[in-house]
Amino acid sequence: MPNMKFGVVVFPGSNCDHDAYDVLKRSFGQETRFLWHKDSSLGGVDVVILPGGFSYGDYLRCGAIARFSPIMKEVTAFAGRGGVVLGICNGFQILCEAGLLPGAFLRNERLNFVCDFVNLRVENASTRFTGACQKGEVLQIPIAHGEGNYYADDRTLETLEEYERILFRYCEADGSITASSNPNGSRSNIAGILNRAGNVMGLMPHPERASDPMLRNTDGRKIFRSLIESFVMKEQITDLSIS
Amino acid sequence: MYLAKITVTTRKSILDPQGKAVHHALASLGMEGIVDVRIGKFIEMKIDTKTTHSAEEITREACKKLLANPVMEDFAFSVEKV
Repeated sequence: MPNMKFGVVVFPGSNCDHDAYDVLKRSFGQETRFLWHKDSSLGGVDVVILPGGFSYGDYLRCGAIARFSPIMKEVTAFAGRGGVVLGICNGFQILCEAGLLPGAFLRNERLNFVCDFVNLRVENASTRFTGACQKGEVLQIPIAHGEGNYYADDRTLETLEEYERILFRYCEADGSITASSNPNGSRSNIAGILNRAGNVMGLMPHPERASDPMLRNTDGRKIFRSLIESFVMKEQITDLSIS
Repeated sequence: MYLAKITVTTRKSILDPQGKAVHHALASLGMEGIVDVRIGKFIEMKIDTKTTHSAEEITREACKKLLANPVMEDFAFSVEKV
């Protein structure tokens, strides 16, 4: 497994930053560091993780204020250059507020904070975030949010569908997409999406909370493994093109 | 000095579950005639500027840049001299 440099951004109110750090550093042996929200450099990392939590207390709207943190200027420029960015839960909300991913988040349809395991169907396994998964595979990963009700207008949804940018959908244990398996009212059962260029992904579920055998469920590892392995594949492809 | 009063509401085409829950509660109180409830945000902003026009411009820019999310929200405001 290659050794990539990961940077986990810490906003005031982030609370899954250490979980993500721990999984990447201890469990996957990757070089991982924290990046403070006031930093104006990403310190040469290969991947930026925007972790879950309640940045700035979720004031105004989830992610609305974090989006203007000094570090986000760097993250936006990094993403524009093709840099890999993964937003988890609040990180996903920040990516949408920053315009790096389309759509926005509303209060959960039933107004309750949902903290539970959900089933996720992998809709596209040909991305650098899902390469270690199978298309149609069902992953069990926990969610913990009150505002995860993904909203995008019809046109945006059509574009997401057309370019297979919906990576994860909430589903039943057998993989069927139903209204009852949708925990928050998200349009089209969307749990995770990819940007057009394929280097920025956001998802509401928490793979970092399902990545250690000690916690019994390790389905989340597939996402981190996909991400790490995607760098090897890229190197191999580059090698091939040279020879 | 000017005072801007801003309301931010979820776009009409989007279901507002909070408003719906409050609507149900009002109905269960026996209040009649209320056909719809929608919940939004109210924001007051004091602005130090010379003219009403510039106060309005500043308010509009603040709404567009931060106070409302154009994907799902609409905003309206009034500006008064204080």
